[in-house]
Amino acid sequence: MASAAPIHELGERSLLPPGTTFNDVTEAVCRLTEEKAPRGWWVLFLPSVALLGLMLSCIVYLLSMGIGVWGNNTPAYWAWDITNFVWWIGIGHAGTLISAILFLFRQNWRTSINRFAEAMTVFAVLCAAIFPALHTGRPWFDYYLAPLPNQMGIWPNFKSPLMWDVFAVNTYLTISVIFWYVGLIPDLATLRDRSKTLLRKRIYGALALGWRGSHRHWQHYERAYLIFAAISTPLVLSVHSIVSFDFATSVMPGWHTTIFPPYFVAGAVFSGFALVLTLMLIVRSVFKMHSLVTIKHMDLMNKFMLGTGIMVGYAYAMEFFIAWYSGNPYESWVFFHNRLGFGYLDQEGNWGPLWWSYWAMVSCNVIAPQLFWFKKVRTSVPAMFVITIFINIGMWFERFVIIVTSLYRDFLPGSWGSFHATWIDILLYMGTFGLFFTLFLLFIRWVPMIAIAEVKATLPHAHPHHAGDDHAEDHPAALGTVDAPAPAE
Amino acid sequence: MQIFPRELNLLPMVLAGVGTVAGVGLILVVWIYFSPRNLQVGYSPEQPVPYSHRLHAGELGLDCRYCHANVEESAEAMIPPTQTCMGCHNVVRTESARLAPIRESWETGEAMEWVRVHQLPDHTYFNHSTHLYGALASEGPNGEEVRVAIGCESCHGRIDQMEVVGVDQPIAMQWCLECHRDPSEHLRPVEEITTMGWEPSDEWLEHTDEHVAAVLPPTHCSGCHR
Repeated sequence: MASAAPIHELGERSLLPPGTTFNDVTEAVCRLTEEKAPRGWWVLFLPSVALLGLMLSCIVYLLSMGIGVWGNNTPAYWAWDITNFVWWIGIGHAGTLISAILFLFRQNWRTSINRFAEAMTVFAVLCAAIFPALHTGRPWFDYYLAPLPNQMGIWPNFKSPLMWDVFAVNTYLTISVIFWYVGLIPDLATLRDRSKTLLRKRIYGALALGWRGSHRHWQHYERAYLIFAAISTPLVLSVHSIVSFDFATSVMPGWHTTIFPPYFVAGAVFSGFALVLTLMLIVRSVFKMHSLVTIKHMDLMNKFMLGTGIMVGYAYAMEFFIAWYSGNPYESWVFFHNRLGFGYLDQEGNWGPLWWSYWAMVSCNVIAPQLFWFKKVRTSVPAMFVITIFINIGMWFERFVIIVTSLYRDFLPGSWGSFHATWIDILLYMGTFGLFFTLFLLFIRWVPMIAIAEVKATLPHAHPHHAGDDHAEDHPAALGTVDAPAPAE
Repeated sequence: MQIFPRELNLLPMVLAGVGTVAGVGLILVVWIYFSPRNLQVGYSPEQPVPYSHRLHAGELGLDCRYCHANVEESAEAMIPPTQTCMGCHNVVRTESARLAPIRESWETGEAMEWVRVHQLPDHTYFNHSTHLYGALASEGPNGEEVRVAIGCESCHGRIDQMEVVGVDQPIAMQWCLECHRDPSEHLRPVEEITTMGWEPSDEWLEHTDEHVAAVLPPTHCSGCHR
């Protein structure tokens, strides 16, 4: 069905190609869960399951040997584990930003990617939680983190930012899961109604919670969605702010910085958008979703990365400015020796040995996204794929730089050391990708990975004023030719 | 087409109810039944010789330290060796059948294998002498010192009334901390540590604040977990 001329004053237009019908959207999304999986899905799924097995083996090995199998040791007590934790948590932030903040700002283009990004949030938080849970050393006592009545006569230490972190991450996981699920209900009902077998009908029927699409259902649903968006919005800012308090409330030079909360939030959104786009490009090509996730969507996401990348770059520059301007020799030492490398040399005239990690971070996070100033780059799939990979790597290095380079050469040369990752550090980190991708691939196979109902609402003919629609004759008021009758109530 | 029976509409309510009850129930079960108050108190194992604390410490009035010597000076309260028993029992009740294992131990030199009643976890450093040596609370005009300590009965109960010794108090962290946070009720003059059923005089209670100030038990982690 051909669409009539769009009505500009009614707000932003759909980014989908003109002529896309409701049925096109339903078909394009639902068929992924109904047809046989494409070969590309299996090519991705089997290695993911293998990596998941690797992760579980690493955890079993770690539990049987103790966390000494990691490379963390004096003076770098925190290393890859906390780096990976912060990295994975940060990844999730794009999902919440896309689903909550962009919803409140009526950015309709989000509808093609929000479901996807929300799922990524949930899975990324699960991956993140593995690291601090193991880092406690005795994970079977992790329930001590919950404020439960006990025989010890003590509560968790509410004055510790590490404790706030537990609450922040758990709140984040709970709200993200609920928000994701509420958004899924109408689409699960669509899948239920299209189901051919009774078992499939029953499973999707149970998950759809009796959704019939009545006006009252929609009214409650939209109200609930708005409320959850409002609850999730502060979480975009609060969760990574609290993660940054793990560092900022300590007195370590390199950590003790007031810029940390906004700097961490910007970095989280930056890395989250990068991973959403990386995955989106893969899924889009495997499942042929080019009509639903268009180059215009990616252009907008690339602009987000450019913006947040500049914020992160500003934060890096400001840390150095303060290290110099404060005149604090310890602060200067961390930034100019441990990170920059050549700014201060040690007594033997050597650079800080981990200087390369700092420069890897700057190249990936500050220099690489500058290419997004050019529209040609923003709309080129291979270019953006490479740049998002660089950003993912750079944001990992950012956390590594913050954690390890603040610790490895402190202010008593006798206690200087370095950090060397062990093979279990590396394999466990790789293994969490297995968990992430296994869950993710199961998600895109069994759950509508694009919000069908929301995408439809952005199409021109979803609008009551849409002319040329078959229903227009039934609603003369919509054409603007007669005065609208008074509402029945 | 109806794919679920109508009664299933109740399922969410039932699940919510069951989930809440199960969650709260699990916490209560762990809190109450897995606690030392439930699992430890009343543990009184059978010993190789039916030694009666009620007879020796109660009726005969032996001081605790006659057998558990130097408890106020060492970290561990020692279990008396066979020689301590035989100090009396080579002249008293020398033919008693129930004392046969003691005489056998005396003759062969093999130690008696008493069963330990109070067992603290390895990560807890408990020191008897810290609790019993007596902290200096005040010095009188004539040089008489007031030293305060914890009595045996505060933790071990009325040993003088126990035929077979058992655990009287829940040796749990919360129980330790209750006293460490406010020891005032349990402080007594160092001369009275082994007295059973000691009651403070009014005069003693007037000085409670001084006594607590003299003791100041630690409540930080490394006080007990070093």
